[in-house]
Amino acid sequence: MFQRMLTGALFAGAAAGLFAALLHFAFVQQVILLGEQYESGELAHFEAASTAATDGHAHDHSDDQGHDGAETEHGHSHDHGAASDLQRNGLTVLFTVLIYVSYAAILIAGFALAEMAGRRINGVTGLLWGLAGYLAFQLAPAMGLPPELPGTVAADLGERQVWWWLTVVATGGGLALLAYGGKVWMYPLAGAALALPHVIGAPQVEGYLGVAPPEVGATFAARVLGIGLLVWLVLGWIGGHLWSRRRAA
Amino acid sequence: MYTTLTSAKATTGLASLLAMVVIALALNFVAGHAQSATLHNAAHDMRHATGFPCH
Repeated sequence: MFQRMLTGALFAGAAAGLFAALLHFAFVQQVILLGEQYESGELAHFEAASTAATDGHAHDHSDDQGHDGAETEHGHSHDHGAASDLQRNGLTVLFTVLIYVSYAAILIAGFALAEMAGRRINGVTGLLWGLAGYLAFQLAPAMGLPPELPGTVAADLGERQVWWWLTVVATGGGLALLAYGGKVWMYPLAGAALALPHVIGAPQVEGYLGVAPPEVGATFAARVLGIGLLVWLVLGWIGGHLWSRRRAA
Repeated sequence: MYTTLTSAKATTGLASLLAMVVIALALNFVAGHAQSATLHNAAHDMRHATGFPCH
């Protein structure tokens, strides 16, 4: 039983993690680097507009963006501390795989629990579990704590982490009750669990202190949430398939 | 006999399940939440890109 769970989690998590890393470098990394240029002060919002207005060099801004890789390293080495882009990106791949292995392990523990309760898991139910995992671990927390572009100023980290976990547990529990509860009185309870974190509200700071243009932050958040959905669906589908194949074997 | 066997099987299953959850949470904490400078730097881009509270 344990071995079946562990191999399933490792395989599904690694596959989903590598897929996530691929999408990360296609869509997200360049937005992070751009955000860091604003965070370090190398770029300033409205710089292009003011430069254009004063001395007519409207292209300075876009020229700066052309060699963001090398300059970001100088301007922002305190934040990631990696010796090179290769090391930095290698660690990103490694940790993306690790985080999705941890999600896969949670998902597969859930499969085992569902199976003990007499439910069958396959690729299709796995897909629904993946959707639920995405809602619990990414979308619901993002409703209160949107994905943070580097340089975003947010409330106290400890308080945000507590709210993040509360939201994950309440959303996951609420969805499980909706899907598997089966008794009418459980539905309002599920609704209350889903609503609770948002009624309490995520910790926030007063005012808006971001240095990057809102377009950059919006692009970042949209891509992070879109990729999260895709990867969680892949994770659930692979996990569900593996689980049902190993049962048959 | 049958009941003993099934309950023994259920206990092993439950223990495996709990072990799995503990491993998952430990891994999730280390990769996503722990604030040691080395871990934070190594996991930095992933944490931002998966929506974890970072910094």
